Amino acid sequence: MVIPMTKEMQFSATSGLEPSPSEAHPKIHASCVHVSYSGRPAIRDVDLDIRANSVTALIGPSGCGKTTFLRCLNRMNDIIDGCEVRGNIQLDGEDIYAAGVDTVVLRRRVGMVFQKPNPFPKSIYENVAYGPRIHGLAGKGKDLDATVQSSLERAGLWDEVKDRLDAPATGLSGGQQQRLCIARAIAIEPDVILMDEPCSALDPIATARIEELIDELKQNFTIIIVTHSMQQAARVSQYTAFFHMGELVEEGETKVIFTNPKDPRTEAYVTGRIG
Amino acid sequence: MTDQAYPPNLVTDAVPGVRKRHGKEIRFRLLGLSAILASLGFLVFFVASIVITGYGAFVKTVVLVDVDLSQEALGLEAGYTSTDLEDVSYRTVVRGAIRGMFADVSGRSARRELTGLLGAGAEFELKDIVLKNPELVGSQQSFWMTASDDFDLFNKGGAKEETATQLTPQQKDWYRGLLRDGRVKTAFNADFLTASDSRDPELAGVWGAIKGSFFALGICLLLSFTVGVLAAIYLEEFAPKNRWTSFLEVNINNLAAVPSITYGLLGLAIFLGIFGLPRSASLVGGMVLALMTLPTIIISSRVALQAVPPSIREAALGIGASHIQAVFHHVVPLALPGMLTGTIIGMARALGETAPLLMIGMVAFIADAPSSVLDPASALPVQVYLWADSPERAFAEKTAGAILVLLAFLVLMNLAAVILRKRFEKRW
Amino acid sequence: MALTSIKDLKGRRQSQMILERAIRFCLVSCAATAVVITVGIIGSLFFEAMRFFRDVPLFDFLFGLEWSPQTALRADQVAASGSFGAVPLFAGTALTSIVALSISAPLGIFSAIYLSEYAGISTRNFIKPLLEILAGIPTVVYGFFAALVIAPALRQYGALIGLDVASESALAAGLVMGVMIIPLISSISDDIISAVPRSLREGSYGLGATKSETIRNVVLPAALPGIAGGILLATSRAVGETMIVVMAAGLAANLTANPLEAVTTVTVQIVVLLTGDQEFDSTKTLAAFALGLTLFFVTLTLNIIGNQIVRRFREQYD
Ligand SMILES: Nc1ncnc2c1ncn2[C@@H]1O[C@H](COP(=O)(O)OP(=O)(O)OP(=O)(O)O)[C@@H](O)[C@H]1O
Ligand SMILES: [Mg+2]
Repeated sequence: MVIPMTKEMQFSATSGLEPSPSEAHPKIHASCVHVSYSGRPAIRDVDLDIRANSVTALIGPSGCGKTTFLRCLNRMNDIIDGCEVRGNIQLDGEDIYAAGVDTVVLRRRVGMVFQKPNPFPKSIYENVAYGPRIHGLAGKGKDLDATVQSSLERAGLWDEVKDRLDAPATGLSGGQQQRLCIARAIAIEPDVILMDEPCSALDPIATARIEELIDELKQNFTIIIVTHSMQQAARVSQYTAFFHMGELVEEGETKVIFTNPKDPRTEAYVTGRIG
Repeated sequence: MTDQAYPPNLVTDAVPGVRKRHGKEIRFRLLGLSAILASLGFLVFFVASIVITGYGAFVKTVVLVDVDLSQEALGLEAGYTSTDLEDVSYRTVVRGAIRGMFADVSGRSARRELTGLLGAGAEFELKDIVLKNPELVGSQQSFWMTASDDFDLFNKGGAKEETATQLTPQQKDWYRGLLRDGRVKTAFNADFLTASDSRDPELAGVWGAIKGSFFALGICLLLSFTVGVLAAIYLEEFAPKNRWTSFLEVNINNLAAVPSITYGLLGLAIFLGIFGLPRSASLVGGMVLALMTLPTIIISSRVALQAVPPSIREAALGIGASHIQAVFHHVVPLALPGMLTGTIIGMARALGETAPLLMIGMVAFIADAPSSVLDPASALPVQVYLWADSPERAFAEKTAGAILVLLAFLVLMNLAAVILRKRFEKRW
Repeated sequence: MALTSIKDLKGRRQSQMILERAIRFCLVSCAATAVVITVGIIGSLFFEAMRFFRDVPLFDFLFGLEWSPQTALRADQVAASGSFGAVPLFAGTALTSIVALSISAPLGIFSAIYLSEYAGISTRNFIKPLLEILAGIPTVVYGFFAALVIAPALRQYGALIGLDVASESALAAGLVMGVMIIPLISSISDDIISAVPRSLREGSYGLGATKSETIRNVVLPAALPGIAGGILLATSRAVGETMIVVMAAGLAANLTANPLEAVTTVTVQIVVLLTGDQEFDSTKTLAAFALGLTLFFVTLTLNIIGNQIVRRFREQYD
């Protein structure tokens, strides 16, 4: 299977910095997504479009399937035994579950930040350089240094760590670790960044920094964030999707979801009556 | 499906370098697989070469010899008694018989070469037959008799010219003649399992070693099982959690990793040096092996006890049983299969252990099977060591044969452990 | 039938208490045997070794370069019963162990990687017990195999490429010992690799790393301390191994770093000194205890450190 490489393809493969296509073409289009773990359904029949260069928040009570859905978007569920995904998910109009899709290529374009900070047991520098290195993005020496610096700067961590880039990353505080993980994710210039409760382990100041960061990042990336904090969803996202017991109940502009929800369950949740 | 169906920006070639990385991935995976295959390949090679070498120990070459059992040939006078029969020089008879078959051979050295075709035990084989069947006296008989070790090797090695440097060209010619006449065959060598050690490879067997191992393991089992299980019960069920017990625990874990030869030194200094127990006795061997297996048995018995759910203890205590009653009536019976499994595995290790036995003198050449635990004895692995050291080539196959016997015992023991575990595997 | 009186019950209770005391005493003494054994080992080794060091200074033993414990030629040469410099034995032990580890460490670690990261459950359940067989084979069998098959083969193939391999060599013994240790290293490494948290792997996959990149760059570095602990435990096994070296490494002391030559080890010399004809109190036999004491302390140290590292590694990711 050899596919001739056109100019357009190459362009698209590294299009992180490109402006979004029109509203009519969502960055990610998911329809009829079903996921089950060893036959036990976790999410059912989810249809959701994610707009490019925006922040979309996934909210809902614990266990409703937010993480499950998020992990479908870069096929992280592939590595879980017994997890089965059905339905159709498209990235820029291409089915990511189609035969021939390389998850390495997919994940290079759809990066992920996890709920618990998980820095590698290496130096701060090596953590950020890891992605560019394996993908062969920036050569060695100066180029790589520049990539590492700009990623750390964009993640708002540079000033705190610039004197100790060779120190082990595990020695950073929780909030610093999470920002390091974000720097690590953006160092490979993905199109989309998936964030699973990135602030759940952080204090309000660190949370505020990360929210600021997300706001800046949306100019270059499409961001999907799972959060348990209504305020956070309201502050950082333009769009919100509400999950409940494995179903996508409602989605739309954040303003609308929080002020004028259609579904009574959504209303109950955002006003704090269920969940 | 055509290539067009693939999403062009998400396939491997959409990003340069990824195909190469997948190539590396496959190579890495193959590296892991080949590490496993190398290890298993070694195992197969190992077992195969032992089986091929050791197979010969269980078969022997026999030669059909025409024996003149007339009274004159046996040197018996009329009216002989059974005592006279015993006193016959069967060696002369056997020699006469084999020379009779090659009447044209003359000269001292040629005759000696001729008698070299038969094993050192041939005269005893003949004696046994005659004593058991006195009515044969006076007749002409043909018997299959054990060939000498050189001849045996030559025959089993496919009679290739280069295999038997010990045989003279003439002896090889005789062999071919005998073979043509259908007077050479191989037969099951029961002696290997029923005889004890001997200087002559064709007479040597493993029975004495099996018996020695059996005695030593019996002593080892008796000591290490009782002490080990009781120690485990104490540590798991009664011991308070304090410095002393955690010291005990660390101590036991470290003892389990002490080189086995150290236990031999301990046995030598204390059992032989201080207590004055007999050297080379399987009693001492068993005691040393018991010290060595004790930590393993304690550890596995504790695991078995831990697997018994606390609800069982509570139930017994709830109906008024004392702590000791609860443990011995209810917990221990449930843990017993697990303890036994661990013990069998410990015994299997003890059976294969050689070094500590060497230290307490179980390396002597012992031609008789021991009849008590105080007799000087050998053991299977020690027999392997002794034979492996011996210069005669014929002992190589005996060694491998003894290894096969040893491995057979180990397989049986491990099988028993596996079955026991399967049988009593409980899900609470 | 009358109801049992309170008095009866009391009497029975008392006799039972006595019985329980006895049982408890019995249990405690069984558990204490472990300590008795340790004391016995250390005591006997130490006592005999002290008698040895009365004849041969500790310094000469630990740093002497010549080992030839043959007894004196003339009866009046009491103390002059040979030289007891153990350095060639330490060097031989180190050499065979290094050969063994350079076989077993890569094979064991790569097997563990394959089993824990690539193999399916059924393959794993099939292969693991097969590998364990290697650890269950008696060492005397390995020794025989080394002497019968490996050593002649090495000699033959060595000659083909112009290498002169001795008929007993550190290489032959070490190779076979290495195979014996593979299961030890692979099962510890397997445990350790499985203990590396999933979140680290996911972090790497989430960046688009392939499996092997994740293993090499994330899992292995994280597992390295634990694996190192496992290798220390394996070293202790190699150092204390006796039969393989007795049968395949050589008997004569030879201070060399060349694995193609025959060397002798601490354990071999213990066997040589204590088997065969001897009086129990000669310097020769006492030397075996001095060697035993050294061996005991070296292996004990390796074990304690190795266990410590492995335990700390497990706790780190609990
Ligand atoms: N690896 C797994 N194996 C089996 N079931 C799983 C697995 N991961 C999630 N589930 C199940 O799928 C359902 C959805 O889980 P998911 O993790 O997506 O919830 P969530 O919305 O992210 O919850 P939270 O807010 O607590 O993180 C749950 O019922 C959960 O038990
Ligand atoms: Mg979640």
